[in-house]
Amino acid sequence: MQNADYFDEMWGREDSLRGPYKKFQSWFENEDPARLRSKQREAKEVFRLTGITFNVYGRSEAEERLIPFDIVPRIISGHEWQRLSRGIEQRVQAINAFLHDIYHRQEILRAGRVPAEMIAQNEAFLPQMLGVSPPSGIYTHIVGIDLVRTGDDEFYVLEDNARTPSGVSYMLENRETMLGMFPELFAKTRVRSVSNYPMQLQQSLAACAPEMATDPPTVAVLTPGSYNSAYYEHSFLANQMGVELVEGHDLRVVDGRVAMRTTQGYQPIDVLYRRVDDDFLDPLNFNPQSTLGVPGILDVYRAGRITIANAPGTGIADDKAIYSYMPDIVEFYTGEKAILKNVPTWRCSEADSLTYVLDNLADLVVKEVHGSGGYGMLIGPTASKREISDFRKKLQAKPANYIAQPTLALSTVPIFTKAGLAPRHVDLRPFVLVSPDGVRITPGGLTRVAMKKGSLVVNSSQGGGTKDTWVLED
Amino acid sequence: MRLTITHTTRYTFEAPVTYGLQQLRKTPKSYRAQSVINWKTTLGGGKNELSFEDFHRNTVQLISLEPDINELIIRSEGEVEMTNTHGIVGPHSGHAPLWLFLRPTPLTKTGRATRALINEISAEDPLERLHELSRLIRDRVSYEVGASELSWTAEDVMAAGKGVCQDHTHVFLTCARAMGHPARYVSGFLMMDDRDHQDATHAWAEAHLQGLGWVGFDISNGISPDMRYVRVATGLDYLEAAPVTGMRIGGASENLSVAVKVAQQ
Repeated sequence: MQNADYFDEMWGREDSLRGPYKKFQSWFENEDPARLRSKQREAKEVFRLTGITFNVYGRSEAEERLIPFDIVPRIISGHEWQRLSRGIEQRVQAINAFLHDIYHRQEILRAGRVPAEMIAQNEAFLPQMLGVSPPSGIYTHIVGIDLVRTGDDEFYVLEDNARTPSGVSYMLENRETMLGMFPELFAKTRVRSVSNYPMQLQQSLAACAPEMATDPPTVAVLTPGSYNSAYYEHSFLANQMGVELVEGHDLRVVDGRVAMRTTQGYQPIDVLYRRVDDDFLDPLNFNPQSTLGVPGILDVYRAGRITIANAPGTGIADDKAIYSYMPDIVEFYTGEKAILKNVPTWRCSEADSLTYVLDNLADLVVKEVHGSGGYGMLIGPTASKREISDFRKKLQAKPANYIAQPTLALSTVPIFTKAGLAPRHVDLRPFVLVSPDGVRITPGGLTRVAMKKGSLVVNSSQGGGTKDTWVLED
Repeated sequence: MRLTITHTTRYTFEAPVTYGLQQLRKTPKSYRAQSVINWKTTLGGGKNELSFEDFHRNTVQLISLEPDINELIIRSEGEVEMTNTHGIVGPHSGHAPLWLFLRPTPLTKTGRATRALINEISAEDPLERLHELSRLIRDRVSYEVGASELSWTAEDVMAAGKGVCQDHTHVFLTCARAMGHPARYVSGFLMMDDRDHQDATHAWAEAHLQGLGWVGFDISNGISPDMRYVRVATGLDYLEAAPVTGMRIGGASENLSVAVKVAQQ
């Protein structure tokens, strides 16, 4: 059943049960498959009733879909987690230092470690942020670092999410559902809790309030509205934190602050957790067509009278072309080698790399520099000849728009199928909070799993599912 | 030399305005050759919300329009002490890196006409080349008040062959950047020697040259800015340096009148 080409997190490469899964396996062996099947159906019903759905872009009708949930947890030992945490913390510190530098003295460009044109020609770079120091000096309050595993001790960062990482609501709901369905399993195994994430998010945001804030600071969540694919998460987080969920039209500049309309008139907001992209955030300063933002919010921000989380312009740090410089970026700002590895990346903007990529399309994964959600990418090994030749044309037309990476042998974790346990490829997005009190990483994160046998695409928009992710107390 | 300046912008709206925000860039910069002795802005029909310094080191005031107004008056006045620098502004400083000033903007994209203009330049020395560029633009684009529109790009200006100081400046910026020189737009005041009441605010360009730093070019008047030129705001183009930019809801069409008075004390 095991394929030695891939590392299975439950069975390793040699088909021998790995430590973190021992307790789970002894429980599973004694379970009646029929009961588990009914639990799997029950979980689906729970998610349907809670209303966790997402809209799939690029479909003819805006279709709401449930993300499949699998009841087999993904289990990480405390020891493994500790090492990962150090790597994540280092990376997040470096991202923040990089953003400060890019919007101030640009030492890393002067030192020649990152070419200036990488920034100059990047749409995510916001000149309006030059010279702006955000409250507490923090740019990325909420970060998601996408990791993949290829071996016992081999983790790679696939991508950094420094704008508005989503998915944390799935992490919380997955755990909630598992706790409700299998309390006996949690009684046997000591799993680190994730349930205080909303409270930590609230504390973390409040700790970044501007100097003039009220005590306690007023925090709000800005959503583009109910048509957004992540609206469920926006309302969920606002609700869990006990703060207002607002849309652009609820806010305006009043007395030099951004204020929200309430039954008692306008009330100033100190910290805005915005889930609206930079371009749409402020029609006065960015896209004038935007109806999702707040005119003048950037001016209020530049006057130091509101905290915007994450800060405008953070996209420059998670761009896929900048990604390839992350090992240098980490070293430049922390003085240490990066603990977490980068996937080797060919920048198609460079002639030699482009030649190599064009010659090896069938073996590579090619991604759009600014794309997300698994759209606009080519997975060479599973693509048809036709798909490859179509992609070749796109690549030749706009090479700078693409990067390429080797196809990684992503680890597998079993899912529960009619035929029992079956391995499926996974990735992991841990969620990180940054505040003046330090970097907090919620133990675990969101495990995404390709539900199709052999598939390496875990994106929910491409049929991927999720799993509860356990970090053990050990 | 001390200049006394009064700059009044008056908007009248056909219908009452329900909501509006305006960014004002009307406070002269203080730098080596220019120090602001005193300056104040008074508003009729508007309310001061906040002020900050943008990435070009412009002082920006954000104002909101009072509900249901039909008229907005922004009056800025003060005194500025000027020393002569013969068009040299000095070394680069500030938050924006020099490479930023090489970026074309939608108003300053090169096209056939601007590229052809660059090809006509025969001088060798970089400074001479820029002076020649300035002369060529003045030659091809005749100064005509009201002939151009705010949305015109450098190519539009070249095609029309007429425009105002803003249009001259945009063509210059487009070409200077394409020639490899960081360049920026300057909006400000010019004291014309023969009168107190000036026609409007003025616009000129600055280009960065190795060894010299930022150098001013008044394309419309064919001279280098001297101490009669008060620098107020700079930007990559008009949109980043305009005295007033903003948005409003309601008001229907607007009528704008500007009065500028610059006098030597």
